[in-house]
Amino acid sequence: MHEMSLAEGVLQVIEDAAQREGFRHVKEVRLEIGRLSGVEVESLRFCFDAVTRGSVAAGAALEIIFLPGRAWCFPCGKAVEVATELATCPDCGSIELQVQGGDEMRIKDLLVD
Amino acid sequence: MCTVCGCGEGEVRIEGGEHAHVREDGTVFRHVHGEGAHDHGKAPVVGRFHEHPHTHADGSTHAHAHVHAGEHGHTHETAEAGAPAALHYGLGPAAAHAPGLSQERMVQIETDILGKNNALAEINRNHFAAHGVFAINLVSSPGSGKTTLLVKTLERLAGELPAAVIEGDQQTSVDAERIRATGVPAIQVNTGKGCHLDASMVGQAFERLPLAAGGLLLIENVGNLVCPADFDLGEAHKVVILSVTEGEDKPLKYPNMFRAADLMIVTKVDLLPHLSFDLPACLAHARRVNPRLEILQLAATTGEGLDAWLAWLRAGCGAARARAHTHGH
Repeated sequence: MHEMSLAEGVLQVIEDAAQREGFRHVKEVRLEIGRLSGVEVESLRFCFDAVTRGSVAAGAALEIIFLPGRAWCFPCGKAVEVATELATCPDCGSIELQVQGGDEMRIKDLLVD
Repeated sequence: MCTVCGCGEGEVRIEGGEHAHVREDGTVFRHVHGEGAHDHGKAPVVGRFHEHPHTHADGSTHAHAHVHAGEHGHTHETAEAGAPAALHYGLGPAAAHAPGLSQERMVQIETDILGKNNALAEINRNHFAAHGVFAINLVSSPGSGKTTLLVKTLERLAGELPAAVIEGDQQTSVDAERIRATGVPAIQVNTGKGCHLDASMVGQAFERLPLAAGGLLLIENVGNLVCPADFDLGEAHKVVILSVTEGEDKPLKYPNMFRAADLMIVTKVDLLPHLSFDLPACLAHARRVNPRLEILQLAATTGEGLDAWLAWLRAGCGAARARAHTHGH
């Protein structure tokens, strides 16, 4: 994955928010990351620390809120939770699943001062 | 540093678009990012911003479990040379200043990490739609035969459909030269260390391309089955290309890309008799990852199966032109 790009994207949003909201320091950043997004969280942490050095977000804690993978099981006719894109239905074991969510990569909020 | 791909400053080159750029410290940089999407490594906003003397009532002052007593909200007023000295103490958890109480607060963001790229892609998409341009984003591993397929496609469509090509590679303009040899305008985007094209690069490249309204825009992405999946360029469709000299399990190994695509083209099928590639398994894997995926099989060098691909392109161009016409362009 391109965690460096993602870290840069996070920093850009933070810097835009800093200008808009008038804060100088970010203590904590909360991200929502879907289980199926393919994001390597440890790599993202490393990149985030690297790209935020010298910025308003230098030293900020990165909190990750994982969102579940969601899929529709055709045989069961209902939504189920899945851990990977290739998972089988946890109830009936079918592979006839259509992934419906879990690829989120969002910045939820910032704790600033 | 490029804020979208993380590549180093000045490493992205779009043919014909380079110009010099002087930073505050006097250093001269060659840069090609143009206006808009790319930050040029400016110092962060500290020292430039000013505080607004109003209260944000949208929940941004609500209490949070991370109050660190003992920090002082008034220790920042030094070193703000030239900036207005207004300090607002009503934004913290207590909505008032109290010595020893931090001025920290929550700022709701609720934004996609790639939101800026998505917004630029939407601008490209509207631009293409207004001109009746059918834009497709071709993605694959390196060496799947994307450029060969494009060359053969353009040769067959010559005189029938106006076309233009944006070529993405880390380095060299070899691919754009191969396209230009067919008589079709092409522009090379070198991404430097970047692993994918982004919407800003495509928007700038498109501005430099002569393409008649109602034409076909073929965007050949950097050879990579991972990163380009997440970067919308404003295309009508992602088309993923998989050659039979690769493994049939690629759709399972790189599901994000095969899920992002609307069409899969299996290429080099003329080589199947010489290989152990399990074609039915490959198609089953692809459909498992993406049940609505359209699939075509062809061999660009022999021309086998090319007609169906050309028909798919003609249909897309026709639909794009019809939509532009309906909307009064």
